[in-house]
Amino acid sequence: MKRPQVRLGAAVLLVLLLWLVAYPLVLVLLDGVRGPSGWTLAFVREFLARPTEWEALWGSLWISVVSVLLAGAIGIPLAFLFARYDLPGGRVLGGLVALPAVLPPLVGVLAFLFLYGETGFVSLLVQRVLGLTEAPWRLQGAGAILLVHAYSMYVYFYLFVRAALQSFDGSLLEAAASLGAGRWRTLWRVVLPQLRPALGGAALLTFMTSLASFSAPYIFGGGFRVMPTQIVATRLNGDDGLAMVETLSLTLLALIALWLFRGGVRAAGEGAGRKGAAPARVPVRHPAARLAVAAAGWGLAAVLLLPHLTLLLVSLVPVGTWTIEPLPPAYTLRNYLTLLQDPVRAKPLANSLWLATAATAAAVAVALAGAVTTARRAGRDARAIETLLALPWAVPGTVFAIALATAFSVHAPWVGRVILVGTIWILPLAYLVRNLPITSRAILAGVRALDPSLDEAAATLGAGRARTLRRITLPLLRPALLAGASLAFVTALGDFVTSIMLYTYDTRPISLEILSSLRQADVGVAAAYGVVLMLVSAAVFAVGADRGSAG
Amino acid sequence: MSAFLQLEGLVKRFDGVLAVDRVSLAMERGELLALLGPSGSGKTTTLRLLAGFDTPDQGRVVVAGEDVTAVAPVSRRFGMVFQHYALFPHLDVRANVAFGLESLGVHGEELDRRVERALALVDLAGFGPRGIAQLSGGQQQRVALARALAPEPRVLLLDEPLSNLDPTLRERTRREIRELIHRVGITTVLVTHEQDEAFELGDRVAVMRGGRLEQVGTPDELYGAPANAFVAGFVGQSSSAPVTIVGPSARGVRILIEGVEWDVDAPGGAPLPPPGPAVMLVRPEALRLTPPDPAAIPATITSRRFVGPSAVFTARTDGGATLEVVAPPQSVPAGARVGLMPSRRVGGGIHLFPPDGR
Repeated sequence: MKRPQVRLGAAVLLVLLLWLVAYPLVLVLLDGVRGPSGWTLAFVREFLARPTEWEALWGSLWISVVSVLLAGAIGIPLAFLFARYDLPGGRVLGGLVALPAVLPPLVGVLAFLFLYGETGFVSLLVQRVLGLTEAPWRLQGAGAILLVHAYSMYVYFYLFVRAALQSFDGSLLEAAASLGAGRWRTLWRVVLPQLRPALGGAALLTFMTSLASFSAPYIFGGGFRVMPTQIVATRLNGDDGLAMVETLSLTLLALIALWLFRGGVRAAGEGAGRKGAAPARVPVRHPAARLAVAAAGWGLAAVLLLPHLTLLLVSLVPVGTWTIEPLPPAYTLRNYLTLLQDPVRAKPLANSLWLATAATAAAVAVALAGAVTTARRAGRDARAIETLLALPWAVPGTVFAIALATAFSVHAPWVGRVILVGTIWILPLAYLVRNLPITSRAILAGVRALDPSLDEAAATLGAGRARTLRRITLPLLRPALLAGASLAFVTALGDFVTSIMLYTYDTRPISLEILSSLRQADVGVAAAYGVVLMLVSAAVFAVGADRGSAG
Repeated sequence: MSAFLQLEGLVKRFDGVLAVDRVSLAMERGELLALLGPSGSGKTTTLRLLAGFDTPDQGRVVVAGEDVTAVAPVSRRFGMVFQHYALFPHLDVRANVAFGLESLGVHGEELDRRVERALALVDLAGFGPRGIAQLSGGQQQRVALARALAPEPRVLLLDEPLSNLDPTLRERTRREIRELIHRVGITTVLVTHEQDEAFELGDRVAVMRGGRLEQVGTPDELYGAPANAFVAGFVGQSSSAPVTIVGPSARGVRILIEGVEWDVDAPGGAPLPPPGPAVMLVRPEALRLTPPDPAAIPATITSRRFVGPSAVFTARTDGGATLEVVAPPQSVPAGARVGLMPSRRVGGGIHLFPPDGR
């Protein structure tokens, strides 16, 4: 039915994606081996000869591996705890544990600075208690980066493993028990193999996120080198060719990781939609045990909530009043008023909102078009579209920022290049491209879950394509669309890594304003921005999740 | 031509594999035809070709003299009830039933009246405001029927309409559907893999295998005169044994089975194979149990299962064949030595086919 239109739509979409996603990366590749006077391997040679480059690459790699281990070590036991045991207040706690997810990367870093930095809350407290003359630690280098990574990324392990445990078929445990398998054998032979897709998915996500992580190394790195910050520094130095080679090396590392993990990812897709009831939660009965568990749980929640609370607290402190006291001596709403009333200060807020809205609308439209044209079709163009939609996920944000900055800084319409850098269009475009994978994944899953016979039923009832889309497909896709849109919106709103490379004064987003407030020691306003970002993110997530489950 | 719905030489290949192989059928207006076959026999593909979801590689679909082969499902005006009903989950019962009428531009009071009439037809008057999820499986099935019938389609297509109902409900629903379809008088094609369903619902039954029509006929014709061993085996119960055809006899045909000669009725339907080796398909009621006897095949009873007031005994002959026989439940205990003979009742039940099964 109407195959020509679908094929034409797919072709148009394919060209658009090739232009926006693949073409900029190809240009980066070319610029890495092309100098002012033609082809050259000079940049590659320079890269290979510099020990600092190897240091940065190695730093990126080991930080990412250790981040996976740390995040797993925190997230997996938590998931087991909340999925298997019925704890007092377990439902609330189970939700709180996921809270680091509402902190955009830069805001998380900011909160950690206020908490554990040299004049941070906890640092001062420890200093005071131990009677030290200076801060007990310096929040710098690999340790600081790992701390932030572990805090913000264990959520992946927690959510993936908890979801897998909840969809776990309880009769498997009973079957294992009836076959005489003990606790450990059941865990080892039955539970863990079933969890493998979830673990693989979480590990890959954590690895890729830390590989691309920019905010933490940028703020806390000090002398510690990782590739994303190295790229930005090289580019600021004007060594464009070298920056391209660095970009390529990071991309290569990401692709190798993706290839190594591909088994786990594929299995993750197959594991969805398993049947069977989850095993009942085990209640904790003994009073002392209940108390201990409750105390531990709420203590943990307090630690996890500390960054959020700190941000809130700092945002309420008047400029310059809080110096060495453990708690601020005075409170005010002034920072928020500044942020709303001062036109210069309010601009980034408005900017971020419209940039994120525009990028989200475009991402949803492209992802929907992609899902509708590729779902239930097996052709080569369908596979190409899916790959292109997913590609930006495999490529660190810094790389894409560089790629877009390269592609759209030249006026050469006949080869598909126009000047967008320096205009208001480059940032929404960058957000759009970066958000395509998460948005299209959510929407494609929604389209695939639709029963194809619904379309056929509508057709036998005389409904044309437009009416079927309006009355049947879109209403049923609403949860998936909302989920995709909320993820895209929150990511775009808090974006730092692409923004720092592509913003202009007129389009400076919140993250850049946070950075400049911080540099001017205007921590109250920086924190107020952080709180606003955090609240908007949380609200959007809540709407997405709520409507998502209601449908 | 007086036929209302005609399928003429339909051929459909998927990736080079023949799914439907030269299927031709002609149906009278108001007739109910059941497409019966095992999974993969091409019956669902045939139905989808009828609905227009797939386009045949060759052949035509003709309704009331109009060639609709290239007509999109949207404009074909064929109603369909899907296997899993495909009710729109976000719309209530009323909106589901109204959906097809709205496509025709029906609105206002007329729309309300026709929705209510369609719901009354399936005994669901007043169910309009209910959500789909609030309905039982049987009710959902009836809503799907009402939705398909409301726009008064030219042809009704039913894809395994009872497969999602539990067995106790199935029999009742079967009767209701038959009654409803005959009351509405709509030309209907039904796809099923259940012989009972096909036999009770269909005015005629078309048996399919490997994309081909094996036989089309009334249930009586299929049961009494199966065209080949596949139809004989697929329709009704039967067991089989190798035999040798000796030649014509007074009663009909003389066969040799495990050294014993039987004189049986010449079966109708398929032509009698020439003398020589053949396969015998025999209905359980066409055999009887006797005490061991030189004129009977010696056998041992291996098991028994109840079927209504009588029982079907499974007997293993000394020659190694397994044959089923109907008899009163208490006739013989398991393990007993018995003889097997053709039932005295005249009237077939023993079919003979060439040894390759065709």
